[in-house]
Order: sequence, then C-alpha cells, then structure tokens
Amino acid sequence: MINLEIPRRQAGLIDQAHQLAMNMLRPISRKYDRAEHEYPQELDMLAALIDGVAETGATGGAGAGGVRREEKPRTSEDSGRVRNGTNLASVLSIAEMCWGDTALLLSMPRQGLGNSAIASVANEEQLERFRGTWAAMAITEPGTGSDSANITTTAVKDGDDYVINGEKIYVTSGDRADSVVVWATLDRELGRAAIKSFLVRKDNPGLKVERLEHKLGIRASDTAAITFTDCRVPAEDLLGSPEIDDRSGFAGAMATFDNTRPLVAAMAVGCARASLDLTRDLLERAGVVIDHDRPAQLQSAAASTFLRLEADWEGAQLLMMQAAWMADNRRPNSLEASMAKAKAGRVGSDVTLSCVQLCGTLGYSEGELLEKWARDSKILDIFEGTQQIQQLIVARRVLGLSSAELR
Amino acid sequence: MSLIHPLRPGGRHGLSSRESRTPIGVAVAAVSRLAQSDLIDRVGLRKQAEQAVYVTTRNGFRVATAAGRQFARAGRRTAGTRPASGESRGVFDLTPTDDEEMLVQVARELAQEVLRPAASAADAACAAPAEVLVAAQEVGLSGLGVPEPLGGIMEDRSAMAGALVAEALAQGDMGLAVATLAPGAVATAISLWGTEAQQQTYLPAFTGSAVPAAALAIAEPTVLFDAFAPATTARRDGDGFVLDGVKSAVVRGAEAELFVVAASLDGTPALFLVESGTHGLEVEADPSMGVRAAGLSRLHLTGVRLGADALLGDTEATAYAECVRLSRLAWCALTVGTGQAVLDYVKDYVNGREAFGEPISHRQSVAFMVADIAIELQAMRLLTWKAASRATRGEDFTREVGLARQLCTEKGMRIGLDGVQLLGGHGFVKEHPVERWYRDLRAVGVMEGAVML
Repeated sequence: MINLEIPRRQAGLIDQAHQLAMNMLRPISRKYDRAEHEYPQELDMLAALIDGVAETGATGGAGAGGVRREEKPRTSEDSGRVRNGTNLASVLSIAEMCWGDTALLLSMPRQGLGNSAIASVANEEQLERFRGTWAAMAITEPGTGSDSANITTTAVKDGDDYVINGEKIYVTSGDRADSVVVWATLDRELGRAAIKSFLVRKDNPGLKVERLEHKLGIRASDTAAITFTDCRVPAEDLLGSPEIDDRSGFAGAMATFDNTRPLVAAMAVGCARASLDLTRDLLERAGVVIDHDRPAQLQSAAASTFLRLEADWEGAQLLMMQAAWMADNRRPNSLEASMAKAKAGRVGSDVTLSCVQLCGTLGYSEGELLEKWARDSKILDIFEGTQQIQQLIVARRVLGLSSAELR
Repeated sequence: MSLIHPLRPGGRHGLSSRESRTPIGVAVAAVSRLAQSDLIDRVGLRKQAEQAVYVTTRNGFRVATAAGRQFARAGRRTAGTRPASGESRGVFDLTPTDDEEMLVQVARELAQEVLRPAASAADAACAAPAEVLVAAQEVGLSGLGVPEPLGGIMEDRSAMAGALVAEALAQGDMGLAVATLAPGAVATAISLWGTEAQQQTYLPAFTGSAVPAAALAIAEPTVLFDAFAPATTARRDGDGFVLDGVKSAVVRGAEAELFVVAASLDGTPALFLVESGTHGLEVEADPSMGVRAAGLSRLHLTGVRLGADALLGDTEATAYAECVRLSRLAWCALTVGTGQAVLDYVKDYVNGREAFGEPISHRQSVAFMVADIAIELQAMRLLTWKAASRATRGEDFTREVGLARQLCTEKGMRIGLDGVQLLGGHGFVKEHPVERWYRDLRAVGVMEGAVML
C-alpha cells in the first residue's frame, strides 16, 4: 500500500535525533564554524550517547553501521513483507542531525565514511577486528577526483605485507580518526580491477598528515591531506578479496557509493530544512503569509519563492527516502541513489542560498546561521560524486549506455 | 459602439490596452477587416461557420447546452453513503495494492491501444471520438470514485487508485484522459458530498451502461483567478438559488448533461449541481493551447434558477476546498503521465538520432537533459503519490497537494520544453507527438476543476 510518510516505528528514533541536534549541535554550531580545526570535545559525549542508543537496537546512529546488505535469505514468513530498515532509519536520522549541523555530523567519532566502507566490503573476520575503530576515507588524489579508477597510489605485495606509496587529499576526519581506508592500485596496468582498499592505522609510521584544509563550509569537520611513504600494512588489512579481476573488486568498492549517496542526500535534505524552517519563521514574523491553497502568483513574491523551494525540497526528501527504502528491500538502487544525490545536492544549494536572499542582510550576517548553511551545503553537491557525476550515472542507466558510449 | 473605438485597439488580438492607432493604422485596420470577410465569403466558409455547433477556429459562438436526459428524482435529503478511508500500516511503501495494480494494467492497455492512436486526430478535431469514450465506459472509469453499495467498483476512498489510473491514461494522451475522466469527477464529487437524494438521483447513470458526459466547472476566464474566490455568484431565491457568471475549462461542454458549478454563496465558495437544458445556460467552444481532445468550453450562466437540492456539500467551503485540492491532484497525476510519455519518447529518439557520426545521446549536453527529465519526473511522481495516499487515508493533504502542483507546474513544463528541444526541428512539427505534449504540459499550472480524484 502506497504510503510516503515517516515510518511509524522510526518516529521515536527521529525525534531523538532531532532533540540531539537541537540541544547538542545547534548550541556549538557557530563556535566550531569560527574555530576551524579545533576538536569539538562535546562530540565525545554525544558519540557515547549514540552508542547507547545503538545498543538498545534502535539502530541507525549517524549511519555508518547501516549500509551493509544482509546476505541471509528471507524466511518464507518474511517474503513479500515490505521492510523499513536501517537504510531508511539512517537517512532520516542523518537528515535530523544535519538539520542541527552538517559539519558536526561529519565529525562524529566512529561514524566516518571509512566505517561505511568497512561495513560494506569487509569480511566477517575484519568486521569483528575493526569494530570500534574510527575510520576516515581516502580516495581523492591531487590529480584524480571524479575519475577514481585513475588513482596513482600504489600497493605492492612484499612478504606478508603490502607497501603503500602515494598522496591523498580531502580526507574527511583524516586528522581525528584513528584509521584511514585507503584506495590503492595493485597494478596500474590492470586498471580498475586492480584497485583495492586497505585499512591503515594512524600510528603507522609510513602515514603522515601533511596539513588541514581551510574551507568554505563544514569548517568544524577536519579535512586532511595525507601522504603514504613506504607504508607497510599487514596483508589481512586489505578489505575484501585480494584477487584482481574479482567481481568484488572495483565494482564492489564503487557499490559502496550506492549506499553512501543516499546518506549525502540526507545531509543536504537536513541542512536545507534548517534554512527553510528558520526562513519561514522569520518571514511569518514579518507578516508574510504562506498559503498552500492559494495560487502562488496571488501571494507575495517571498511566499511564492518559499513555496517553490519547499516543493523542490520535498522532492529531494522523497527521492532520498525512495533510495533508502529500495536498499532496505534489497532492490538494486544505483539509479535511485544517484537521482536522490543529484536532486538533493542542487536543491540544498538553491534552498540555502535563496533563504539568505529572502532574509537580506539578516540572512547574510553571522548573527544568524543562514549564511553558514549556505556555505555548508555546497560540498554536498560535490563529495561522494559531484552533480555532474550523478547526472552521468542517471543518464547511462536511463539511456542504457555504457561508460564507453557516454563518457 | 463609440466613435473613439477604432482608435483603441487594445484588449483584442493580443494587444495591450496601451496601444493606439495612428491614421495609417486605422486605414490598415479597415482594409484588414474587409479582407477577412471577403476571404470567408470567397471560400464559402461563412455558412459553415454559422451552422457548426462547435467551431475550433473561431470562438464567441454560443449555443444552448445539450437537451440531456431526465434524472429521476429519488431518495431523501439525508447524508449519503460515503466511501471508507484507507487504513495505514505506518510503513513507508511505494508498492500499489493488488487492486490498484490491476486497475493500472487496464488503464495502461487503454492508453496504449486506444488513447495514443486516437490522440493526434482528436487534438485536431477538438473532440474525443466515440470509440474512445465507449472503451473508457466499458472499463468502468466513471465509477472509480463511487462506493460499492452505490454501484461503484471501490470499497475505499479511490484517490490513490485514481492518481495511478490518471497517470497511466495521460501516458497515452492527456486530452483524451481528461475527456474520459471528466464524468468520473462529477460522480466522485456526488459520492463524497452528495445527499442520499443526490446520490439516488444521479449516480445510477454514472455506473450504468450509458454514462452521461458531465463536467466539473471551477475555473473562470480571468487573470489572477483564485479558485477559492470565484466571481460566479449564487444568490438565494426562496428555497433555491440563482447562478450568474462564466466558467471555463468545461470538458465537452456541448455534450455534458450534468455540471458541477463553483459559485460564491454569501461570499463563500460552494458547489452546485446544474442539469443541462436548464434555462439560462449557454455553452461556447473554447479551444485552447492544449488538452484539446477534451473539447474545452465556456459555460455562461445567466440567471440560472436551481432548486434547494442543487447545493452539493456544505456552505462552509469544507467540501469545496477538498474538491479544489482533489482536482489539482488529478492534474498532477496527468502531468506525471504525460511527462513519462515525453521521457520514453526522447529516450528512444536521442539513442537513434545520429549527428557527427554517433547517436546524439553520447553527448553529455543531450544525455544530461534526459537525466534531469528522469530525476524531476520521479520527484513529481513521489509528491503526487504522497498527496494521493494521504487523501485516500482521509488525512489532510493541503500542503502535499500544494507542493505537488507547484513542482509539477514548474518541472512538468520544463520536461515539455526540453522534450521538444531534444528533437530539434522534429520536435516542432506534428509528425512527432512531442509538440502536443508541450502544449498539454502547460495545463497543470492554469487548470482548476475539470478532473478530480
């Protein structure tokens, strides 16, 4: 039966996330936007709180645990039942947390993107061994962004170890995390099939954090440049299978994105809603009436603009929920995940920037958080696949074209 | 006519009222008028024009409404039978029920086999062919919103099923979808808000074998029209009412036997049942940019006297507001269907059309337009489904349908625009259906009434 409401059994979890966002993230939001690179100690307490929630089985947290597809077959009793599981819970709670503060959500201990990768591609033994680590994700290089099959960082087998050499940039939580999931190639000649991911601990002497970036937004989140110089990692820390040409190779690594893209869409949805909620309140206090019944062209220009933004936002939110719902019900969702990310990414920018404009210098000033959200939102249309990469994926799927035909 | 009139050409022929004529302009206008009448006489069109009941190239020609059947009065003035609201399991789900799936299959077949092949000719003729109307009637479309005890096909509120059906039909053709859904709009309105007497009197005709043409008339031909403040008035007169005003977007106005007309009663909008043939009713062809197969008309009401039984629903605008929202919901669903038709068509076209030695779909500027159509179309669909499912469960859907209409208006038109652009010159000619979809997709933002779920 068609129903696009927030799932009833997850309402409690989302309320919890909302209260956390309101009462722990918002009060320190501006503080860490100004104090870039300072560690938000308050988050340790919050992480402990979230762990507590996760233990009770309410699940989700900030999403890092929720991207693994369960392998076990459905029982006969289970089949045909529609599931609202961890994927939906994750996107909804992440949206709430980013309504609080996107940068702080990204800084949440033990909830790094590397944890998503571990959850998605690690074997059972590794899952157990890496439990509790805080893993950052290192893919991008100075010369390689969206074309991640083209990376130059190498991993060479030497006895029971791999030796990694190369430079990675834009590593979110690269300074604060205690480990990094690194993409490296076993053999550059063999192309994408030879790309593997490795878990490297931060105390490894071959790993060096070179610098932290100064950024437009999400300043509370540390973004590191990391070099690997003859960095030795034990062979058992290669995530997944070491075989080249294995199906779980590059395609498997890329499949992680099917799981993380709805999460980034959720960040944009949450960040944009913060702008909408405040702007609506400010406009109404200024006497603007926003009416969903009357034609927009009969209302004030501000109300009309707001209605347009709200409609776009609602579309982004529902595409995000659709992608997560498909993952919960074990349907391939690569197309829907990219649709959600593309729509949410551009809507995030449009909404937050338009809200600044609607609120004038009040919105532009650091006195409110509107200008901050307009800076924070920009990265969400870039990382985990830019707007253009999402359009490329959607276009290939819709048109049935290969990456050789539509480049 | 005042002497000054020829100097003030504004208000007609697309001229702003700020225009004025110089002496040369006056002379040219005189010659032009002469030439027009001369032309009409020379090709013998004048007589035809006067005889035609429905003219597609000229408007301003009014006729009385269809003689219509006698609806036999029956039942009491107590509350009628109402469809039950759906129950929610509280689970996010995009899967239609088995019943809905079955209905969609039927609608898809009808759209593919009957509507699409007839679309081009119906668009040109500004009329839906009889075969299409008969086929829709055989499927039982007009009984979709009528509760089972009254001879309909659904047990529960049908908004969600109706949205899926409208979407499927409009994938065939929007104009014909509107023509076939229009009687159902009136039947659904009577089911939702009618008294027992109104239901007993009118509904049997809509679930029987000779479904009457019927039209939900809300829109009016004015700028800045607000569906919640119609200029058409209803004045109390003894037990009954007297209606005055002009309605537009009246589907198959010349054939319609029953109208539901929106009018202000004591300053509050309300709905009235008006049978064709009532004294003071005149219908005028109003061919428009698109949705032409629906035979859009204007309905003139001049001192139309109605009995006490004519009021449909309450006088507090509760039923009225729901009616406007359900109508907008139907237009959203239609827009999604036509948008899907555009997507399917351009997909094949850009993959097949070659330029510079390869399919044009291999170029990002082309492929990304298709990607954006797919993304926005799915967003439109999800918003529409959300509103429809809330309506089915009897929940407030004011916000959801408002947002759906907003998104469908903006992105739906964009899809029509890009559809034509992707075909280049081929998109501009009637050899391909995309130019018709372009015209149809403008409708959602301007329409009120006509269809309803």
